[in-house]
Amino acid sequence: MLDEIQKRLLREIADLHTVPSGAYNIRSNSKLEARNTTANIDIVSKTEKSGIDIYIKPGTKNESVHIPVVLSESGLKETVYNDFHIGEDCDVVIVAGCGINNCGTGDSEHDGVHRFIVGKNSKVKYVEKHYGEGDGRGKRILNPVTEVYQEEGSSVEMEMVQIKGVDSTVRTTLSKLEKGAKLVVRERLLTHGSQTAVSNYTTELNGEGSSADVVSRSVAKEDSYQKFVSRIVGNAPCTGHTECDAIIMNNARILAVPELEANDLDASLIHEAAIGKIAGEQIIKLETLGLTEQEAEEQIVNGFLK
Amino acid sequence: MLELKNLSFKVIDETGNEKTIIDDVSFTVKDDSFVVITGPNGSGKSTLARLIMGIEKPSAGRIFFDGEDITDKSITERANMGISFALQQPVKFKGIQVIDLLRLAAKKNLTVSQACEYLSFVGLCARDYVNREVNASLSGGELKRIEIATLLARNTKLSVFDEPEAGIDLWSFQSLNRVFENMRMDTKGSILIISHQERILNIADEIIILSGGKIIQSGAKDDILPSLLKDSTQAACSVLEGRA
Repeated sequence: MLDEIQKRLLREIADLHTVPSGAYNIRSNSKLEARNTTANIDIVSKTEKSGIDIYIKPGTKNESVHIPVVLSESGLKETVYNDFHIGEDCDVVIVAGCGINNCGTGDSEHDGVHRFIVGKNSKVKYVEKHYGEGDGRGKRILNPVTEVYQEEGSSVEMEMVQIKGVDSTVRTTLSKLEKGAKLVVRERLLTHGSQTAVSNYTTELNGEGSSADVVSRSVAKEDSYQKFVSRIVGNAPCTGHTECDAIIMNNARILAVPELEANDLDASLIHEAAIGKIAGEQIIKLETLGLTEQEAEEQIVNGFLK
Repeated sequence: MLELKNLSFKVIDETGNEKTIIDDVSFTVKDDSFVVITGPNGSGKSTLARLIMGIEKPSAGRIFFDGEDITDKSITERANMGISFALQQPVKFKGIQVIDLLRLAAKKNLTVSQACEYLSFVGLCARDYVNREVNASLSGGELKRIEIATLLARNTKLSVFDEPEAGIDLWSFQSLNRVFENMRMDTKGSILIISHQERILNIADEIIILSGGKIIQSGAKDDILPSLLKDSTQAACSVLEGRA
């Protein structure tokens, strides 16, 4: 049974108040806590290494898979390999995420390696949330690796969220898109204290008419550091757009590196990056509505990351 | 009631010389009155509005609100005492929706239909706007109306508008005038508007003319406006047209 801390972590990362409907695999402190499969979605543990294979039958529509991970014991380190095999013509929602509560002195680390093979004309919405808490000296570390292989006409929307609490993250995401495939990435990130967060996105547009839109909105507070690298490679007639929009506060540092590589005459690629502090006029406007300076800052940051 | 007593505001310009922006200004805005401050560009009108809201601090003089000295109070304190302020250039916020801003203004969790009432009052088709972000996708006229709607949602004793006509197209301006005419009829509390526009001057109870940081004329609209309009001198035309 999950204890209260584990339940809270689940709520934070997966909005789960009870056991979810549909397929799920809940991993707690490196052990399988609960699993459910459906007629269309099968989940099988890997035998040669830690992790699971998720098989989604062709034509599966309006179903969801939840695969949350919670770590509440200090000092746990794990690498987990999860492979999603999504058939043709599916329309599914996949919710992953990791919550760490570390009150001890040992570092806790979860490195999830997620691989998606998205079949022809399938539509996938993928939500990944990271959350950390606990006041121990042990660090909370998450290094997710995501690989996405999109077949012809498929569409993937990824929502990557990490708001507070994670001391160190290196997020590596590689996507390869075939003809007419579409990828949308929305990253939301807030770092504080002395946290570091590095995001490396590489998107290869290999098929004619493929498109990608990779957008990060982030806030770096206090002494934290963020690095956002988004590389789009156009190997065919395609369209790509990447954007980093960041608010910097206190002594934080942000490095934004948009990279575009066009290897085809008809590759149309755009990048935008903007880093700046909260505008004084924004604070003043909210103060004229009766908010204090601190309340105004909170509202601006919350809105920006919404 | 708002009272300004011998208010002055000085700055040091780029050449290191002291420059007087507001020079010994005193006036009173009575309860439930509609006062328009006009004057040429650079006469100090916007600075005066910002001094009233506490965005700038005066070099000398005092400001009283309902008898209490608010000169040293912060923007937040003045807002919570019942002063509202519409900025000349409304601020944009990425991610904050129109309804969020109205809820912050009203200090309560407005329902969508309550929020829509404020938007309808300023001539916006409410359902199209309530979930829009207050960002650069909105035009100057739309932002201005949303700014006014936040003041309606606050419903305070004193509302100060800094050049509501600035930066908007003619069509928006004509409908804005109707908004002020309706506010004049419907809302309680005093309204203080910085404006060059004859149509706004026309609905005032009192007009104050500011030039070079000083009040050069003030009084009831019926006493001030005819001479302002009939006076064919270059100076008076400039006042109305907003040219110095």
